[in-house]
Amino acid sequence: MGKSINIIESRAVPLNIENIDTDQIIPARFLKATSREGFGKNLFRDWRYENGDEQKPKPGFPLNNPVYSGKILVAAKNFGCGSSREHAAWAIKDYGFDVVVSSFFADIFKNNALNNFLLPVLVPENFLQQIFDEVHKDPSTILEVNLEDQYIEIASTGAKESFDINSYKKTCLLNGYDDIDYLLNMKPEIDKFEKQYEEHKIYG
Amino acid sequence: MGNTLFDKIWEKHVVKTIAGGPSVLYIDKHFIHEVTSPQAFKGLQQRGLSVSRPRQVVATADHNVPTLNQHLPIKEELSRIQVEQLKKNCADFGIELYGLGHPYQGIVHVIGPELGITLPGMTIVCGDSHTSTHGAFGTIAFGIGTSEVEMVLATQCLMQTRPKLMRINVEGKLNRGVVSKDIILYIIAQISASGATGYAVEYAGSAIRNLSMEARMTICNMSIEMGARCGMIAPDDTTFAYIKGREFAPQGSAWEQTVNNWSTLYSDADAVFDKELHIKAEDIEPMITYGTNPGMGIGITGHVPALGEIDEREKPSFEKSLSYMGLTPGENIKGKKVDYVFIGSCTNSRIEDLRMVASFVKGKKKADNVEVWVVPGSKQVEKQAIEEGINKVFEDAGFVLRQPGCSACLGMNEDKIPAGKYCISTSNRNFEGRQGPGARTLLASPLTAAAAAVTGEIADVRELI
Ligand code: SF4
Repeated sequence: MGKSINIIESRAVPLNIENIDTDQIIPARFLKATSREGFGKNLFRDWRYENGDEQKPKPGFPLNNPVYSGKILVAAKNFGCGSSREHAAWAIKDYGFDVVVSSFFADIFKNNALNNFLLPVLVPENFLQQIFDEVHKDPSTILEVNLEDQYIEIASTGAKESFDINSYKKTCLLNGYDDIDYLLNMKPEIDKFEKQYEEHKIYG
Repeated sequence: MGNTLFDKIWEKHVVKTIAGGPSVLYIDKHFIHEVTSPQAFKGLQQRGLSVSRPRQVVATADHNVPTLNQHLPIKEELSRIQVEQLKKNCADFGIELYGLGHPYQGIVHVIGPELGITLPGMTIVCGDSHTSTHGAFGTIAFGIGTSEVEMVLATQCLMQTRPKLMRINVEGKLNRGVVSKDIILYIIAQISASGATGYAVEYAGSAIRNLSMEARMTICNMSIEMGARCGMIAPDDTTFAYIKGREFAPQGSAWEQTVNNWSTLYSDADAVFDKELHIKAEDIEPMITYGTNPGMGIGITGHVPALGEIDEREKPSFEKSLSYMGLTPGENIKGKKVDYVFIGSCTNSRIEDLRMVASFVKGKKKADNVEVWVVPGSKQVEKQAIEEGINKVFEDAGFVLRQPGCSACLGMNEDKIPAGKYCISTSNRNFEGRQGPGARTLLASPLTAAAAAVTGEIADVRELI
């Protein structure tokens, strides 16, 4: 379903706010759609617009600041906490981001992002600060994210940091595979498991 | 080395572990609702798949539903479409739906336990982060995203990495006026909104053992608010007594055998956790949040932190949060006027919560400056409240008893708190705009909420009982 990702070289949009929860990423009132498309226009809706009014963008918000652009969103720690709504990952991806960099991701968000070919890049606090500093100083700063070799680099300074990703997920992202394909291929194993499980289950 | 409660359940459900990757976990029960399921069904249709084990899936409509006049068609078009889509998907794929108008309808995390669908030893998932609630029965229960909902519908399995394990021990006796909501708000305030990320948390200790099932659910419910993958409590006689006789619980001769199995579900004395915390129940007073994440909580006699008490790096977020809340660093929280009181949500909308509020409120009247909404968690809770005359107590006090649903917990229907207004809420999230754009949420226990309802301000319930 998704398209594969590997090397992303891009400018970044800095969002130096901690604990950004999924209610901010996409407020609940925009969860009424029954398809996965079109959430990007409501990304950070209440932070982006005065009274949610599209005619009135808030000038201070980085997404509205024309100096910032690119496929990489950089956010402070505990990004994506709160609700399990995958709409948050859809909105970020639909807006045009392929990568989110932070020093800490909430669990469910991380899974949702990976399932949508949105790469969460976890970096140490001090490296995150370096990115913020560079991008604030010069918004045209280029970040290079390399999934195959698992590193992120600030092009102008050459500062480089490696990041973790489990090898299964990495293969999925590099090749455009998803978990459902994998699980469907396991059908015989799952059936076998279910048979022996029936006899040993705990709850009656 | 002994086994933990978590591992005893986890190991029974692992179909396979992928080298360098997650495990394939078998799921016993899958709850779905109207908001996070439509895209998953669409995905199944696009792939030409059916639902693998429809009998292990249970659906309800809760997030979007109106809480007044539920017998009428839903006015708001998009909400109506979502609820109708759920109905159609359940019919097409053979899934049991407790939709609007059904006597079992309600918030997904309220109905699972009250119907005896949630049972010890299970793995349970739902496209909703508060699925952790079901862990109160000794289950591994956690929230998932919509792609994962699709995975479970298609295969009854899910990819999961085994989390690290944390045990939080709460020992001792709770102070008067302090209830389980205060315990969990206290824990989150101690370890922060991200303090348990990557962990499955087991709650243990005498103070937890002494809690009812409803109270345990309140605690497990909010595990996600400190980032935990799930929360759990070992089942015991309190658990078994709660389950016995419920609609889908094991019956007759199967009951004894099953209880014997359940009785093996506890962490062995020599089990080792990656992290362990100890909390004294006596240290906890009625809690309230002042900020915009659930970790920003203080005791009711406390004050909003002064700037000097905040870590330099965290100051921008702290100040942003206070400016949203209209509060000043260092100010006392007690005595602050409130505009709304919301008693509801999957954290505190069970019959015990309503009883607790009713017994405090009986014979009292709400203050003139507040509007009070009580939203029961399910049709069954509503029915029981009426049978016990609790509705009458609320009516006399000037509270509005509405119909079941998520309601003002997330303001997806018309139950929104207006911008700038303060709402004491028994729900679980005080995020910006959670209860409506601009709404200011203060999380607290049902007792503290009831105290605010009758005084019109943030009050110490201990002075009123
Ligand atoms: S009551 Fe609130 S937290 Fe619970 S399921 Fe509904 S929206 Fe989510």
